[in-house]
Amino acid sequence: MQNKKTSKSVKTPQASKAAGTQKKKVKAESKLNELQSSLERKTVVMQGNEAVAYGALDAGVNFFAGYPITPSTEVAEILSAELPKRGGTFIQMEDEIASICAITGASLAGAKALTATSGPGFSLMQEGMGFAKITETPCVVVNVMRNGPSTGMPTSPGQGEIQQSRWGSHGDAPAIVLYPDSVKESYELTIRAVNLSEKYRTCVVLLLDEVIGHMRESVTLPDMEKVRVISRIKPTVPPNWYKHYDENQKYLSPLASFGDGYRFHVTGLTHDSHGFPTGKPTESAEMNDRLRRKITHNIRDLVQIESHQMEDAEIAIFAAGITARSAKAAIAMARYRGIKVGLLRPLTIWPFPDDAVRKMLRNVETVIVPELNQGQFSREIIRLTKDKSEGDVVLIKKVNGQLITPNDILRRIKEVI
Amino acid sequence: MEKSYEVRLSGSGGQGLILGGIILARAAVLDKHKITQTQSYGPESRGGYSRADVIISDRDIFFPEATNFNCLLALTQEACDKYIFDLREDGILIVDTTFVKNLAIVADNTYELPFTEIAQEELGSAITTNVLSLAFLVKITDIVSEKSLETSIKESVKPAFVSLNIKAMKLGFKLAKNYGN
Repeated sequence: MQNKKTSKSVKTPQASKAAGTQKKKVKAESKLNELQSSLERKTVVMQGNEAVAYGALDAGVNFFAGYPITPSTEVAEILSAELPKRGGTFIQMEDEIASICAITGASLAGAKALTATSGPGFSLMQEGMGFAKITETPCVVVNVMRNGPSTGMPTSPGQGEIQQSRWGSHGDAPAIVLYPDSVKESYELTIRAVNLSEKYRTCVVLLLDEVIGHMRESVTLPDMEKVRVISRIKPTVPPNWYKHYDENQKYLSPLASFGDGYRFHVTGLTHDSHGFPTGKPTESAEMNDRLRRKITHNIRDLVQIESHQMEDAEIAIFAAGITARSAKAAIAMARYRGIKVGLLRPLTIWPFPDDAVRKMLRNVETVIVPELNQGQFSREIIRLTKDKSEGDVVLIKKVNGQLITPNDILRRIKEVI
Repeated sequence: MEKSYEVRLSGSGGQGLILGGIILARAAVLDKHKITQTQSYGPESRGGYSRADVIISDRDIFFPEATNFNCLLALTQEACDKYIFDLREDGILIVDTTFVKNLAIVADNTYELPFTEIAQEELGSAITTNVLSLAFLVKITDIVSEKSLETSIKESVKPAFVSLNIKAMKLGFKLAKNYGN
């Protein structure tokens, strides 16, 4: 980001110092800050990973613990420079297991916490993410996806964690997973991920494609006063009335931090509303069910989709992240040839947009699902095709570390018409 | 400018191609265009393959990688062999003859100069090859203004290296101006 001082902004505090009143100095300094922040908000060329880092800062993240890994490294790099300047904390951990545990602990102490990793680290974090979910502790895990199992291809794209981000942690807890397709949207969805984690008290995952993490685009970030930031609800009851897991009507409960004077217990064991372990069938069922309810009862708030040229579409493409951009280019090429194609793109991939997909399936002949894996989104589309023959869902897969090109998709479109 | 202009800068890791891509992208944004800048490179920090793509357009750019280049810069034989067939028929090919000895096909608009040698001899350092060849490319293709390129270089390289890179830029412009004479 640009952070240039104009000669005018340098002069202002000097002038106020000459005047000699403390009040004036403070006023001038706030004016200086204002001027600087307005300068920062000019159009800049920025990477997806940089957008995630600045999105995190704008969302109020003040704690990062992580283990830098390609292709997510820039997130850690930028936050290591920026967080200390703003009174936040950056810790480089010994590994990813420690990283997820550290951000969960920081969050319980009141911080807004985030970590960033890639496939190998994301696998190590799964257990800790389950702990954050069962203890209903807000935190955000950014996973910049690379190709292949294990070390794979560190600098090449792959979409192998679509299902892992939903089912990777044991024990059947639901997940909130967001997936941007541009640098600008990486900034916006990072803020949304932090907001949703605070609101729903859970671990939210932000998936990024390697190409989007490393891609540069021109971006104009919004003024800070236009950024909507949500923070956890604090308890208003006297300390001895406080329950750590207490629902209001919308299945969301206030959250006290360690040190606030409220007594609560945190455990990965199934627990009661104060957080103490319980083995009672009624209480364990209630606890597990509330983890599900707070997601399923708020689907409208959670699910976000983009419908692109779907009004008259006879063929639909379902794609997310970088693959959706290939699809949009293919759609422009197909429409030029008179073929009516549209795109349904989920910005929230979990909870899955079942209703939007069902509607799409009712209105088109064929759904093409391009993805950089062996067929993880298409599983969900097939799950929702009840009364259609299976041939109507056409998969384009690529697992060689290269992108699916617009021509790959156009070729398939021509085959199915 | 036509619909969109695709540039691929290719060579090996350590030649500064991604920085070259960033400089070109920033210059295009200064000229009020839309851009995407992507890259592909191996896990090594030096050696191995490396490429940077810049797409410049006045419309939204959907697919961010260059597939059918208007201009290809190849600084190594391997890169030249790999990408030359994806150059458009009317595209511009610029090669560094320090390392590129054979051309699989000769494009109509081919520019051949030993950029690395020139950088070493005239500027005292081969690390300026990226900016030298980029300035040459900009002067030949006219895709961004010379002024924006200069501003972009100043914003993109470390302060200690600004004057050296500006020198490299000016030499690149001069080489393009005198090319063929």
